[in-house]
Amino acid sequence: MKELTVEATVESIPVITEFVDGQLEQFDCPMKAQAQIDIAIDELFSNIVHYAYYPGTGPATVRVEVMEEPLSVVITFIDQGVPYDPLAKADPDVTLSAEERDVGGLGIYIVKKNMNEITYEYKDGKNILRIRKEI
Amino acid sequence: MTIEKKENGNEVMLLPAGRLDTTTAPQLEAEINTCIASAETQKLTLDFKDLEYLSSAGLRILLAAHKAFMKRKGGMTICHVNETIQEVFEVTGFLDILNIVEE
Repeated sequence: MKELTVEATVESIPVITEFVDGQLEQFDCPMKAQAQIDIAIDELFSNIVHYAYYPGTGPATVRVEVMEEPLSVVITFIDQGVPYDPLAKADPDVTLSAEERDVGGLGIYIVKKNMNEITYEYKDGKNILRIRKEI
Repeated sequence: MTIEKKENGNEVMLLPAGRLDTTTAPQLEAEINTCIASAETQKLTLDFKDLEYLSSAGLRILLAAHKAFMKRKGGMTICHVNETIQEVFEVTGFLDILNIVEE
């Protein structure tokens, strides 16, 4: 298990992405799975940046674990901001026309579709969001 | 992200290379806004041959650009979409909204 704590800012997103990609290197992770994981990081970490400590900022920790059978990468995002469950929102209507479309909620929806598992809990004053992707 | 720009009369082609996400989306947005600001530009083509992936931050920009170019003669077209991006378009229903072509 490896983890990295950074400031919850937009500038930290590439740092977190590089950290996670570095952990994936040793597992011959397929390009597509890695791209999907990187997309998930962008969606989930940008949520923390925009909501957790708004209008201020604070620390966010990203933990990477690899599990066997099936070979999966588990990434946990932890922040100490306001309680925010991104899974509580209803899925967006993806059948609307361009004029009626609003992109709100699409990010978390993409993560739900691309990951094998996503869970949220609020514990000891922390938002803990965990994703699992089979690789 | 790097963005190559090709102009031909009233048509503009943009070739974003790398990753289209929260960090890089403002760059593509600025390029597209320049195209929208030019009244002569009637058709916008986005060539995604060197784009690795996009997140919802990218979708937001594509939707706004698509709407802006719906009002012009040539519209907005996206080409050379890889499998990862194709799937993002598919699950979000963007395949039905955007004009995506093979070439």
